Amino acid sequence: MNLSLEVIVQQLLNGISLGGLYSLLAIGYTMVYGILRLINFAHGDVFMIGAYTAFFLVGVFHLPWWISAPLTALLTALVGVTIDRAAYRPLREEPRISALITAVGVSFFIENLGLVVVGGRPRGMPVPPAFAGSYALGPFRVPGVTVWVPVLTLLLVGALLVLVYRTRAGMAMRALSRDIEATRLMGVDVDRVISYTFALGSALAAAGGIMWSFQFPQVNPLMGIYPGWKAFTAAVVGGIGNVVGAMIGGFVIGIVEIMTVGLMPHLSGYRDAFVFALLVFFLLVRPTGILGEPMKEKV
Amino acid sequence: MTTKAASIEPVREAPPLSPWTKRLLTLAALALLVGAIAYMEQPGFSPYYRRIANLAFIYVVAAVSYNLVNGVAGQFSLGPNGFMAIGGFLTTLLMLPVARKAQVFFLQPLVWPLSAFSVPESLSAGLSRLLPGGAGAALAMPLGFLVSLVAAGVAAAVGGLLVGVPSLRLRGDYLAIATFGFGEIIFVLANNLISVTNGPLGIRDIPEYANLWWTGGAAVFTVWVVQNLVNSTYGRALKAIREDEVAAEAMGIHVFTHKLLAFVVSAFFAGVAGGLLAALLTTISPSLFTFMMTFNLLIIVVLGGLGSTTGATVTAVLYAVLQEALRAVEAPMRLGPLFIPGVPGMRMVAFSLLLVLLMLFYRRGLFGRSEFTWDGAWHLTWRVARGVTRGLARVSGRAAGAARPPRGQ
Repeated sequence: MNLSLEVIVQQLLNGISLGGLYSLLAIGYTMVYGILRLINFAHGDVFMIGAYTAFFLVGVFHLPWWISAPLTALLTALVGVTIDRAAYRPLREEPRISALITAVGVSFFIENLGLVVVGGRPRGMPVPPAFAGSYALGPFRVPGVTVWVPVLTLLLVGALLVLVYRTRAGMAMRALSRDIEATRLMGVDVDRVISYTFALGSALAAAGGIMWSFQFPQVNPLMGIYPGWKAFTAAVVGGIGNVVGAMIGGFVIGIVEIMTVGLMPHLSGYRDAFVFALLVFFLLVRPTGILGEPMKEKV
Repeated sequence: MTTKAASIEPVREAPPLSPWTKRLLTLAALALLVGAIAYMEQPGFSPYYRRIANLAFIYVVAAVSYNLVNGVAGQFSLGPNGFMAIGGFLTTLLMLPVARKAQVFFLQPLVWPLSAFSVPESLSAGLSRLLPGGAGAALAMPLGFLVSLVAAGVAAAVGGLLVGVPSLRLRGDYLAIATFGFGEIIFVLANNLISVTNGPLGIRDIPEYANLWWTGGAAVFTVWVVQNLVNSTYGRALKAIREDEVAAEAMGIHVFTHKLLAFVVSAFFAGVAGGLLAALLTTISPSLFTFMMTFNLLIIVVLGGLGSTTGATVTAVLYAVLQEALRAVEAPMRLGPLFIPGVPGMRMVAFSLLLVLLMLFYRRGLFGRSEFTWDGAWHLTWRVARGVTRGLARVSGRAAGAARPPRGQ
């Protein structure tokens, strides 16, 4: 295998594109963890639901994309909020392990229900022309997905940051991640803000799910498992609880994954192991991640 | 009114059981188990039910050991599937005849030391030199299986040590992710180290060594070891760690060593369970040890009550039976005019929903944290018996009530 500059740049672009998708998912993990200290195991499955919603709206009902995409985001946000209300809210005051086990159960429930309802057979996703074509960027021909995913990711994250740092709801979310009880005493409707957080995270996951199914043009009920775990890894690497960190972590994981496969093709079977090894490494060496603040141990 | 009831029959507690009675009861229970196994091992017994019983025992081994980490020590681990995979593959590779290994590993040959020998064959050669006649060869098989199972357990325990030393420094969620990550790494390795595991193809036609004597024996042994550990000072320390790690540390408990001990013991039995499973199913592939396996065990220990060995044991058996019973859900049904086509996969939907509902509404599980004891059982039967006799007395009293003069006063 010859390692020309061209190949490296090409792989780097692919890595950035994949990284953008991980970023969109990672933000959902990081926001929920930042506020509730809960790993939302079902987040990867919300991502799958987003992809399927878009698949049905566009591929089956033949709605145009400019309606389908916002509608998908809305419906997926509703799914996220429903999961929180049904499964996590009743356990807010309980030990965290209970919510964690419940999250594992919800994830398994969605996956298996998906298998039963839509069947295990993967289905082809209709890809809009802007994503299906390819562009000439200087000497490189770059697929449309590779160009648009990072651009859209940055736009969405930018919008989210404005929301988090420039609106009252965003202020409430930030306050919640500091101290739930104190925020409640300040007169904030905590449950509503948490619902809001789940809605935002799920909408971003839907965006990620749609673009994921453009990049690998198919949908299947188990498609959320590995992206979910890698996005979680990204959130940990970036510093869990930190939105910008999650975005950076997503790009890091995407680039590392593509580069290991691109530079060492004979080890491509181990790509998932690499990512998990990176996760374990980060947990041990710097559990608070790149941008995380050191966590205080409460006695 | 209260004095009236007290004056007739003072409430008597059950007389305490002597230690010897309890020992006898334990022996009787074991004898009953041996009898049941002997009955089920008869050639005429349904192989289907025998298979379920075998699986139940294997689930007991895996669930009781998993409960030691998750329930007793309170360390949420998600990686027992990895340890079961280690045990399963090692047992298979040690038991498989050398000639068969050459056939199975046609893509890439098996790595050297494992390709050169098979434990029963080597033992047979060695033992027949020592023991004249067929005695040595006859002994080689069961002895070889025992050696392989123990080796599988030890290998899994070493794996547990390697995983536990780094990850047990983490707590709560982070420990869960780290152990999950290690479990997945073991799964990826099993899929890719083709010269050890034959990759995703797996290994078929493993001779069926496991039977109810093995699985039942392993289950009893596991419960015995784990319960002795739980009831020792180590066990009390583990429970203290579960309740409050910082306080336990302050009380002078070396938290890390205790957690590690529980983790390694748990990994050992997970490895044994994996080995038994491989020898029962006679086929093994990495897909047998996905996260699904961990999920099954998680349901079992939560349903039984996190922290209760009794709970883990009882629900492991229930789960093995329920898994088969729920196949009915997947079969096509006709409810009057309504025809429901069979939906494969419905069982897992039911089980995952069960787990969520359990956590939401019945988090203590069937047994909470309580354990079965002869004293407890004795008090319970005493109370039930008293209730029954009183009830009978009341009923007969009412029948004869007209003839009897009113009491009291």
